[in-house]
Amino acid sequence: MTRPAFRMLPEVTADSAAFWTGGADGELRIHRCHACSRWFHPPAPACFRCRSRDVAPEAVSGRATLASYTLNHHPWFGEAFPVPYVVGLVELAEEPDTRLTTQIVDCDPADVRIGMDVEVDFEHHDDVWVPVFRPTSTGGQAS
Amino acid sequence: MSFVDDKVVITGIGQSDVGRKLGRGGVDLALDAALEAIAHAGLDPADIDGVASYPGPVVAEGGFVGATTHDVRDALGLRTTWALSGVETPGQAGTLMDAASAIATGRATHVLCFRSVFESTAQAQGRAAALTGKQMRAGGHAEFRMPFGAASPANWIALYAMRYMHEFGLTREQLGQIPLNGRRNAARNPKAIYRDPMTMDDYLSARLISYPFRLYDCDVPCDGATAIILSRRDAAAESGRAPIAIEAAGSGLYERHTWDQRVDLTTMAAHDSAHHMWEQTSLTPADVDFAELYDGFSYLCLQWIEALGFCKHGEAGPFLEETARYALDGELPINTHGGQLSAGRLHGYGFLHEACLQLWGEAGERQIPKDVEIAAVGIGGGPEAGCLLLRRDG
Repeated sequence: MTRPAFRMLPEVTADSAAFWTGGADGELRIHRCHACSRWFHPPAPACFRCRSRDVAPEAVSGRATLASYTLNHHPWFGEAFPVPYVVGLVELAEEPDTRLTTQIVDCDPADVRIGMDVEVDFEHHDDVWVPVFRPTSTGGQAS
Repeated sequence: MSFVDDKVVITGIGQSDVGRKLGRGGVDLALDAALEAIAHAGLDPADIDGVASYPGPVVAEGGFVGATTHDVRDALGLRTTWALSGVETPGQAGTLMDAASAIATGRATHVLCFRSVFESTAQAQGRAAALTGKQMRAGGHAEFRMPFGAASPANWIALYAMRYMHEFGLTREQLGQIPLNGRRNAARNPKAIYRDPMTMDDYLSARLISYPFRLYDCDVPCDGATAIILSRRDAAAESGRAPIAIEAAGSGLYERHTWDQRVDLTTMAAHDSAHHMWEQTSLTPADVDFAELYDGFSYLCLQWIEALGFCKHGEAGPFLEETARYALDGELPINTHGGQLSAGRLHGYGFLHEACLQLWGEAGERQIPKDVEIAAVGIGGGPEAGCLLLRRDG
């Protein structure tokens, strides 16, 4: 799958700035509650579980498991975003209840499976670093 | 005890022409539906003192907002004491539930509730926003999906459907029974968009949208408006028709308003809403004579079947194989007008209209061939859901 020439970029907010720019430092930054230590997404100024306001973005490992995926065939963005492509729902290694909707890249769609291990990769567009995911590279394999 | 102490009843319904590229405006369509519903209730526009709608004046792609409550109040010169529209409500029928509360608390007597769309005409006029506009940025919940190409509910809901298939072994053929059932019923609905017979082969060979969804898993944009009149029970006019009571109304939303963080990915807000509805009544799923269940995507109808308790969680696949059970002459007919998949995306209100039509025995060629008294209506998908249990009184 080729990467798209165009992505509709996010309207970055005060809450989401860390999420969209952490890639500049190679970090996937997810909001974490300092009261209950759990992670959540999308970022917000309170922990929905324990209602603490003591929350802040923190780097996670970038490793995740594919909870679900869909092979999209409809050209919603015209030729700028070539189809087919895989939209994935990944669960963070640190907090499986916390998921990101993302794109699964750098693999044959036929090889995508629920439960597969994936890792983050960042695409830099303008002022944001879009966290997409690819199959986890194994130790002995050249990337 | 029934919803709002049984003080409020449905007294009339109306619907405009429904079609593709009708070339008419959304207010025009809304007025057709409104005037028909008002007359159906035995009322005059001067009797209407409340108006409710979904979604109200929100920024949206072409044709999604056919008319606002202000548009309809202005056009018909209504003198109202209460009006409301909104999207932050449990499903497209959420403000209709609020209308019932408004009547029960004395703020209005007869409320016109409506939903109008002209998405087909708007698309034909090229008014749908081009998603490739370079300057456009994705805000709100789209912020976390647009950059990844997850542009449509077809994608977001396909993720749920794939997880469900993974956990419970649902097959494409089982899921396909939902659009096939709708199409069979739509053949008897003169207003339906798609009325030609469809085979499983037709369904399985249609254009892929977002796997597992193909074209006929996705509802069809249309032009049309639907209106429902709610009245205070003791003020209902003599229309020659038994009033329809709202036995229970489910507006429960128990989890975050997101498309991807629900703890159990094999359920949706429909489960919260249905749970809330059944808490209010001594009736059970076995008492329901027929069901009109939101099918903006085929999988959403499956969710409602489970959420409302017509089969156990995870068993919708085998349920769907028993097609005779939910056919027009079955024990629990479902989507008797064709659903949105075949009858057009009237966005929730089409199901309410159909439920009332059936309860009043006014569904013509597609009338359910048994006496029907109790209808379940489930509206919405993903984090949006609301449901109603309707009961014909007499």
